[in-house]
Amino acid sequence: MDLIRIKNVNKQYKNGVTAIYDLTLSIKKGSFVFVVGGSGSGKSTFIKMLYREEKPTSGEIIVGGLNVAKLRNKKVYKLRRRLGIVFQDYRLLPKLTVFENVAFTMEAIGAKKDETRRKVLKAIELVGLKHKIHNYPDQLSGGEQQRVAIARAIVNEPKILLCDEPTGNLDPNMSMEIVHVLEEINKTCGTTVVMATHDKDIVNKMQKEVIVLKDGRLIKHVEKGGYEE
Amino acid sequence: MRFFRMLRRSIRDAFKSVFRNFSLSLASISCITITLLIVAAAILVTFNVENFTSEMESDLTIVVFLDNDISEEAIQNVQDKIEDMDNVESLVFESKNAIKEGMQEENEVFDEIMSTWSSEDNPLKDTFQVKVKDVTKIADTAHEIEKMDQVSIVRYGEGMVDNLLLAFNTVEKVAYGMVIALVLVTVFLIINTIKLTIFSRKREISIMRLVGASNFTIKTPFIVEGMILGFLGAIIPVLGICFGYIALYNHFDGYLYSQLIQLVEPEPFIYLVSLSVVVIGMLVGMIGSASAVRKYLKI
Repeated sequence: MDLIRIKNVNKQYKNGVTAIYDLTLSIKKGSFVFVVGGSGSGKSTFIKMLYREEKPTSGEIIVGGLNVAKLRNKKVYKLRRRLGIVFQDYRLLPKLTVFENVAFTMEAIGAKKDETRRKVLKAIELVGLKHKIHNYPDQLSGGEQQRVAIARAIVNEPKILLCDEPTGNLDPNMSMEIVHVLEEINKTCGTTVVMATHDKDIVNKMQKEVIVLKDGRLIKHVEKGGYEE
Repeated sequence: MRFFRMLRRSIRDAFKSVFRNFSLSLASISCITITLLIVAAAILVTFNVENFTSEMESDLTIVVFLDNDISEEAIQNVQDKIEDMDNVESLVFESKNAIKEGMQEENEVFDEIMSTWSSEDNPLKDTFQVKVKDVTKIADTAHEIEKMDQVSIVRYGEGMVDNLLLAFNTVEKVAYGMVIALVLVTVFLIINTIKLTIFSRKREISIMRLVGASNFTIKTPFIVEGMILGFLGAIIPVLGICFGYIALYNHFDGYLYSQLIQLVEPEPFIYLVSLSVVVIGMLVGMIGSASAVRKYLKI
């Protein structure tokens, strides 16, 4: 079953730059997909269109049964509740502790207190940060902060986890750790993971599904493999 | 159930935010306070002007002088006709002999002269004092009465009344305009101050959107916060109204300059004005923050 379906998508920004040309692809439920390509290849735009920070200029994007291109601004939250999103810059709230940062998602959707507590603890345990639960983000290393961000993204048990360069700010060891956390989530929870990256080492080591973009065009989509320029 | 949970959370967050960003809150509150003070003053003036104009208007009467040799039935006839008119509220009859006696009591010279008049050769005229329902139509009514048989003269203070009515009308309109303009200015000021508060929480809002909070969930705490700011901003104006107006009223004994300009009694007037000031403050805070937060709900 295809969880994400993209058909004839074009994206042109208002300043005239075209980021995506006629993209058609689909991603199956439960898969772990790397989206790779150099700077300006359109992989960031691709991820942003999946969670509707950007709308496609033309074409159709279906994510988990929702037509993203036609989604009204007021209804965007329906899509976002089915997604977890992880960014390069973590985007944690500095005034909240690890626990509160992760609980932020649950509070935003109006969950009950005991349910929130149970799911937050489970998510934090899954990313291996149980011992730092009451720390603030600035007391954590980059890798740990990214793990908090991952916990926040999965606490709501989404079907899809979107990661936009999650290892971009981390050293190689930390990066591998993060990718292993993502792989763990993919295996244990069955969450579909879509990760944009330009880190060849990771992609080659993991040997997962790979989508290669170059100058806004799809040039390769393999079930299993690595990536070289 | 979920709705009430969210509402409770919104209210809690709103209170937290007011005290956490206290310096910015204080800016909004003082801005609301100052404008509400002016709004309150304008409301007090408007109502007082309206009060004494209506007071004066109700004092305006038409005096109808009847022919000197009019018979009893003719008087009754004229009275019935006047009472049948649409714009007539009430009328009082005063016979020429009653007028004579009144004048005699008032003044010794009159007494001396009039004591020789018998009730048959009294040259004075019987009168009706007519009160009208709508003062703006007083001239028409007066002219209509003038056309009746046996009516000799009709007086209603022609030029003076027209000018007075026009002046009161203008004062009222200007005061209303001022209140509306001030409320609008307050809304703009508050939008700007609240924008500052919200700007510092831009990141929080964008993360809320990203983790799947609905716009309603994001907006509500800010709207409640705006209401709290509006309420806090209304405290000083309300105290000002209550104590200030009572002090003013007592100082002037309820009249300004002359018996003609009567002030509105403080109770329950000040409570109504206070209530409307609080409502205006809260509404304005609400509208201000709702429109300020809208901008950030597009990510």
